Amino acid sequence: MRLLFREALLSFRRAPLLSGLSITTIAFSLFTVGLFLLVALNLRQALKGLEERVEIVAFILRGTPPETITLASQDIAAFPEVKDVEYVTEEQALGRARKELVEFRDAYRDLSVNPLPASFEVRLKDGYRNATAASQVAKRLESFSFIEDIRYGRDWVERLDKLRNLAGVVGFVIGLAFAAVAVVIIGVTIRLTILQRTREISIMRLVGATNRFIRGPFLLEGALKGLMGGLLSLVLCYAGFRLFRDSNLGTLGGLVFFGPDQMGLLVLFGVALGLIGSLVSVGRHLRDV
Amino acid sequence: MIRFQSVFKSFPNGALALKDVSFHVSKGEFVFLTGHSGAGKSTIMKLMFGEQRPSQGDVRVSGLALADLRAREIPRLRRKLGVVFQDFRLLDDRSAAENVAFALEVTGARRDTIPARVMRVLTQVGLAAKARAYPRELSGGEQQRVAIARALVNDPPILLADEPTGNLDERATRGVFQLLREINAGGTVVVMATHDLDLVRQAPYRTIELRDGSVVYDSADEAPEEEAL
Repeated sequence: MRLLFREALLSFRRAPLLSGLSITTIAFSLFTVGLFLLVALNLRQALKGLEERVEIVAFILRGTPPETITLASQDIAAFPEVKDVEYVTEEQALGRARKELVEFRDAYRDLSVNPLPASFEVRLKDGYRNATAASQVAKRLESFSFIEDIRYGRDWVERLDKLRNLAGVVGFVIGLAFAAVAVVIIGVTIRLTILQRTREISIMRLVGATNRFIRGPFLLEGALKGLMGGLLSLVLCYAGFRLFRDSNLGTLGGLVFFGPDQMGLLVLFGVALGLIGSLVSVGRHLRDV
Repeated sequence: MIRFQSVFKSFPNGALALKDVSFHVSKGEFVFLTGHSGAGKSTIMKLMFGEQRPSQGDVRVSGLALADLRAREIPRLRRKLGVVFQDFRLLDDRSAAENVAFALEVTGARRDTIPARVMRVLTQVGLAAKARAYPRELSGGEQQRVAIARALVNDPPILLADEPTGNLDERATRGVFQLLREINAGGTVVVMATHDLDLVRQAPYRTIELRDGSVVYDSADEAPEEEAL
């Protein structure tokens, strides 16, 4: 075992440039994958926040009696898709508008008559936050005679759905492509190492080393390079993340970085890439030596 | 120990490297393989340590039939043989002792036994004082001694030497040859391919001469009675 490590590490010492190069290429491949994963992760996070806020707003005709509103509110709350219903009075609506729309604060302050209607704000349950469910609920709300108008971010919801799916697919494809590139690069660097060490390998053979024995250090070397590349890519990802967050672009807020599990997975992915690359390359080129 | 029976070996281009070669090497023998370059000496060597397979015929070394030896069994054969070449084949970035130790490490010898075994063979070849020297710091003769030490460290019953003195001056040649004789005196079979006829005349050893891939002379055939005794 000690011998195995010594032989594997020897190649780092003997060819520092080549080793550095392969570690860097692994790191950059994984960095790209990592960046994409970060984008996907944050997109998912953001979508989750937006989904929470997907709601249907039903504006109520002025002068509708409070009993009707109370009854209707109970009815709506009983819809299977509905999580909760909030009745927003005309005054509350105005108060909210004053608070949220700072730019129009003066305009709202000078009003003698409240132009804003009362409304129901309907939030949907977890599984129903999609375009289909939202439009069904909206349709049912329309059937109440005192409902004047209904707003729900139908396009918005539909677009969110598509965006999320697209992000998933694109992330998968790009990630796969970069993983393949990383494997090829590792394979090539291992191949170079093997060619560089042809003499040594033939001498090992001559004195009776088994193929398994010869392969061991190369596999370990690939795995170690993958490990280092993975760690380096994490550092790069974090640097990129900080840079983005601290720049003006990052005023979005609520940006998240990988959790410990995800970091571990990325590094493990690097190790796997290193192993696969060296396995393929060693298997193919050891025969020619 | 070694038996060639009607062995043919063809080059990839179809030409014959060996034509109907048969001979038998017994325990304790020292055998010269002679002939011009291209006569087939190296091919016979390569067949003996499993680098190449016979196209036809039977090759047996230490009881292993090489014609149908599987690739993964070759390490087993190599551990029963020591091989030495004209160009030494040492690793330049390791000291003499490390080069010898390498042959033990590769075969999975117990770590704590390695230094003692390495020093023993280095002493045997007369290089104990230069154990820490790197190949570039050694003369050709000394490098070949390191290679011989490496070949011997696993205590093989057979030592194959392919032109071991080809790159050496006269003095170093005599020294290396003397060493091979001592090794043979210790009971190890030595097969030495050489085109140095002076060397061959110096010693009363069996000589097999090759020409164009065929055995044209085997001194063992001249005195069959003596062999039988």
